[in-house]
Amino acid sequence: MMIRRHFTYWTAVLLFILAPVLLQAAELASGQKFGAENEIILTYHAPVDKTTMQDGGMYTVFEESDPDIRLEVQKVGISGDGRSVSLLFAEPLNTAKTHVVSIRDAGGAEIESLKVAKSYIGYLLSILISALLVNNFVFTKYLGLCVFFGTSKRKTTAKGMGVVFTIVMVASALMSWFFYQFILIPYGLNFLQIVVFIGLVSLTVQAVDTILRKVNPILFNSFGVYLVLVIANCVIIAVPLIMANNNYSVFETFMLAFGAGGGFLLALYLMSSVRERLELANIPTTFKGLPIAFIVAGQFAMAFLGFSGLQLF
Amino acid sequence: MANDKSSMQLIARGILSENPIFKLALSMCPAVGISTTVINGVMLGIAVLFVQVFSSVTISLFKNKIHPRIRIPTYTLTIATWVTVIDLALAAYLPEAYAKMGIFVKLIVAFAIITMRLEMFACKESAQDSFWDGLGMGLGFLVGMVVIGLVRELLGSGAILGYDVLGFKPLLFFILPSAGFFVVGLMMAFFNWIELAYKQAKGKK
Repeated sequence: MMIRRHFTYWTAVLLFILAPVLLQAAELASGQKFGAENEIILTYHAPVDKTTMQDGGMYTVFEESDPDIRLEVQKVGISGDGRSVSLLFAEPLNTAKTHVVSIRDAGGAEIESLKVAKSYIGYLLSILISALLVNNFVFTKYLGLCVFFGTSKRKTTAKGMGVVFTIVMVASALMSWFFYQFILIPYGLNFLQIVVFIGLVSLTVQAVDTILRKVNPILFNSFGVYLVLVIANCVIIAVPLIMANNNYSVFETFMLAFGAGGGFLLALYLMSSVRERLELANIPTTFKGLPIAFIVAGQFAMAFLGFSGLQLF
Repeated sequence: MANDKSSMQLIARGILSENPIFKLALSMCPAVGISTTVINGVMLGIAVLFVQVFSSVTISLFKNKIHPRIRIPTYTLTIATWVTVIDLALAAYLPEAYAKMGIFVKLIVAFAIITMRLEMFACKESAQDSFWDGLGMGLGFLVGMVVIGLVRELLGSGAILGYDVLGFKPLLFFILPSAGFFVVGLMMAFFNWIELAYKQAKGKK
């Protein structure tokens, strides 16, 4: 008797806990994801009626941040078994943003509303890959060329310089993010961007300079005249400016800075390995030094063009 | 000292013997980056000219009040102030051209050439000489940008200042990003070649 009473009690509790899950299972769609660049794919639990589901007017799609701008569904395709529907749009979707798909019946009442988003980690990694390869700061954005050509003569210098750059970039980008979000925006001081960012960057460079002088004097000496120029280097200042332009969050800023630094290190290393061999090559006198370095950099830039359109996540 | 140099000599030095792009190889980023058309080159050249002249004069006026140890941060902040001025002015009055140049206007703040002129010239000489020196360097940069822009626009889109002159299908390659490196590299080699030929001709006499 006792056991039976307890059993009913626990069944009730279990049902109560499972209720949201069971109710969800009663919904129409089981999965939603981005397909090609202008496509959203919905998967259903059971095969759906082809004629009703093929009506484009059933679906209302918009970006979560602006619900007023409806994205027009151009074509609805249905798979053979009737369980997956692909919505094709006239224009490519901005897959970085969360999209809301709401399914309505003929009367206009909403049956179900789905959120379609990329996983955040994947999005962060795509920022990293983009800064590292697709939009490499040296070869496709042409930033930091003075330092790039100045310090890529020896592999060891190039490696050291690349690592120092990455550290400075990450540190200064995070500091700039903090200042931008908590001081410049709240007080409406956006026009001071350049002054504040360059100040922060010089501060970080000065700190790295002092530390490096004590920790690794050999590396410090090999930087030569470029150390002064590093204080105002376009790669380092570009990261906070891009961050402010796109209004990145702190993780996105970190990924951007890390990718940019890594990309710079990669570019320096590749270039220095070529230039070490160039010294042994028989080059026409007029091309010696910088001209041939520019030509080599142009060839690297062409190779990096091959990364455009790369999308891993 | 610069006292025995006329303003014309200072300007000529910036354009020819110490041209920032082809001779000193500084501030290469915009030279490669946005020199796809002549107009872009001219716009950025004018912006740089403005910043260079005004920061040179500012630093030169205050040179006795700047402590040597904090001179570099002072230069940077001076340049940043003038860059902010030109950045806001361009965004307000020429929004289309500003959009094309993108981030490069703000990046003038990091141009090595400006800092270098302040360090090497403006902090020692009078305001008047600094003005002419800044003008010369700015013009040198402008000329460099225009020349590269001319080559790339002519070969890449078959036009000069937007007017079609070639009349046949141009080499798209020259508008592509990587061509900037090639054009600058080839032009540097070309100038080296002229200099070499000139020296040899002089030696034979």
